[in-house]
Amino acid sequence: MIKPVLNWVEERTGLGSIIEHFLNEDIPASSGWKHVLGSVATFSFLVQAVTGVLLALNYAPTVGEAYSSIKYIMTELTGGSVIRSMHHWGASMMIIVVVAHMAQVFIWGAYKRPREATWLAGAALLLLTLAYGLTGYLLPWDNRAYWGTMVTVQISGLAPVVGPYVERLLGAEGGVLGAVTFSRFYSAHVLILPPITALLIVLHVYLVRRHGVAPEPQETATKKFYPSQVYKDTVGMFVAFAILLTLAIVAQVPLGRMADPTDTTYTPRPEWYFLFLFQMLKLFEGPLELFGTMILPNLAIVALFLVPFLDRSKAVAVGKRGMAVAVLALAGIIWGGLTFAAIKSTPVENEFAMALDRPLEPWQQLPADELAALGIFKSANCSKCHEARKTTHDEEWLLDHFKTNANGLSLRDGQWKAVSRLHMGNRLGDVHKDVLDGSTPAWAFAGASVYQSNQCGACHQLKGAGNKIGPGIDGLAFRHDKPWVVEHFGNPQKLSPGTSMPPYKFKPEDLESLTHYIMMIPR
Amino acid sequence: MTTRRSFSETLIHVLGALMGAAIAGLGGVYLMTPARKKQSAGWVEATDTSKLTAGAAEEVVFERRRVDGWRVTREKTSAWIVKKSEDQVIAFAPGCTHLGCAFRYEAAKKNFLCPCHVSEFSLDGKVLSGPASRPLDQYDVKVEKGRVMLGEIRKA
Repeated sequence: MIKPVLNWVEERTGLGSIIEHFLNEDIPASSGWKHVLGSVATFSFLVQAVTGVLLALNYAPTVGEAYSSIKYIMTELTGGSVIRSMHHWGASMMIIVVVAHMAQVFIWGAYKRPREATWLAGAALLLLTLAYGLTGYLLPWDNRAYWGTMVTVQISGLAPVVGPYVERLLGAEGGVLGAVTFSRFYSAHVLILPPITALLIVLHVYLVRRHGVAPEPQETATKKFYPSQVYKDTVGMFVAFAILLTLAIVAQVPLGRMADPTDTTYTPRPEWYFLFLFQMLKLFEGPLELFGTMILPNLAIVALFLVPFLDRSKAVAVGKRGMAVAVLALAGIIWGGLTFAAIKSTPVENEFAMALDRPLEPWQQLPADELAALGIFKSANCSKCHEARKTTHDEEWLLDHFKTNANGLSLRDGQWKAVSRLHMGNRLGDVHKDVLDGSTPAWAFAGASVYQSNQCGACHQLKGAGNKIGPGIDGLAFRHDKPWVVEHFGNPQKLSPGTSMPPYKFKPEDLESLTHYIMMIPR
Repeated sequence: MTTRRSFSETLIHVLGALMGAAIAGLGGVYLMTPARKKQSAGWVEATDTSKLTAGAAEEVVFERRRVDGWRVTREKTSAWIVKKSEDQVIAFAPGCTHLGCAFRYEAAKKNFLCPCHVSEFSLDGKVLSGPASRPLDQYDVKVEKGRVMLGEIRKA
């Protein structure tokens, strides 16, 4: 059944013999597991291409909608979060595999005559891989993307003479990011880089075929590429794929808050593979800055391309390549040291400040008395009998009605009054459906209620409500951590000498919900 | 040698198929399952019963909220509203059930006519003639103190 079809295709196109020719390549007999990295790198690129296309099918490439479409992919679509995570981790995986592949070729001296061009194509592919990382970083348009790219753009602006032109090329005239920058980065990421990459991969593989896989010193024996090496390559790809899929399921990539040019609390950090460059900027200050940002990285790139021409010796045995091993080790140590230093110097934000960098919930934008009132509306089960529409009753009627019908809730007049005010102002239910619908945690309602019944608003402002006698509550997590806040409640004088705030003794559960609540109020 | 070769070949195919299936499955589910949150459009006030004539159809244009992928927009839409009595009102979605063309009301014949492929519907939405195979789709309707509120569109 299948055979006649295959014969027909073969006779008309010759496809079968092309594949056969490809699989029947002679490779050195010593080839084996250590030679799978090139195939795994190509495979990783294909995975990036497929997951990238899948993302693009639900992605809106504009400043206004990029963020919400990614949020949609992650929260509304089945498997969307896994696909985005695969694309994210896949980028890191590609860098690791490509660099490992190059390091191996470097140690073995496999770039030597006649394989110089193969090395050049490979080095170009490494740069392309980094370019994907750089351009793709902006596309989620969250704070991380925005501020990280800001640094990239500013650095390119520092280049002598050409700086302003490079900025214009990146669509960031005068170092300002915006819609044009976004379109340039997106187009580079999905329109310009992929065909160049595909072309270079084809060229690279063609050159590998033309010159053959580099044999070990004095090796002449060969074997066939298929099936023993294809089998090992496939296992290599499968392992990479399994790691990637597991990572994507276990460690899903979070989406930060939407890019906010006015957010002064965000500390941008580049992706891990660029951290060494970032750290290097700190080592070169003042007039030396140009050296650290421009000259050194560009020299390193030039050196990478010149490797086959700088190393003219014929030796390929690893034992005789002490210099190459030393250079690689040195590069590794410098890279590792800089990366480690960068990680160490990253300020650790408290858990609340980090949580506030995630997309915000509607309740976090409300004044405490509104949230507390909505909490009462919810816990008194008002919605069981009522649709929350504007009431025609006055405050006195409402208070009386609440007290007689509120299923045993004992509340103070002030708290009921807050509910009435909201109700009469048509702010219950319809307006705050999103707060009532279950996305609001119980501790937030409870915390807001403690906040309100202790009249914190008499001195502090929270989301626009309350007086400004004491410091505002918005963005508290960026100023203090939770233990400080807890201690401050018990003994304000100790932590803020001279403050007029009296000490508060709360019940433990009230203290917990109040502290949790106020720490989660954004700026 | 032969067993080794066939083992390698089998594994190449099995692992390749596994990876292909994983990607195809993930992609298929991602592209073809509906988005999770089906937000209801809620009730929208479209008109007032006093503005309608009993036994005739009236086109009403109103604005409603629409969840469009990642966007939530307000868009104009319309309904053909037929008042049967003071508190019984039915409202038809504006698309013909054949291929979605906008149909119109023929006052003289007291029926609906779709100009695309000449399907005719009665004031109850039933198919009178033409290629349409099912009656007109209706909005959920409720009448509160004379106000005509429209909800979701129900497929007939």
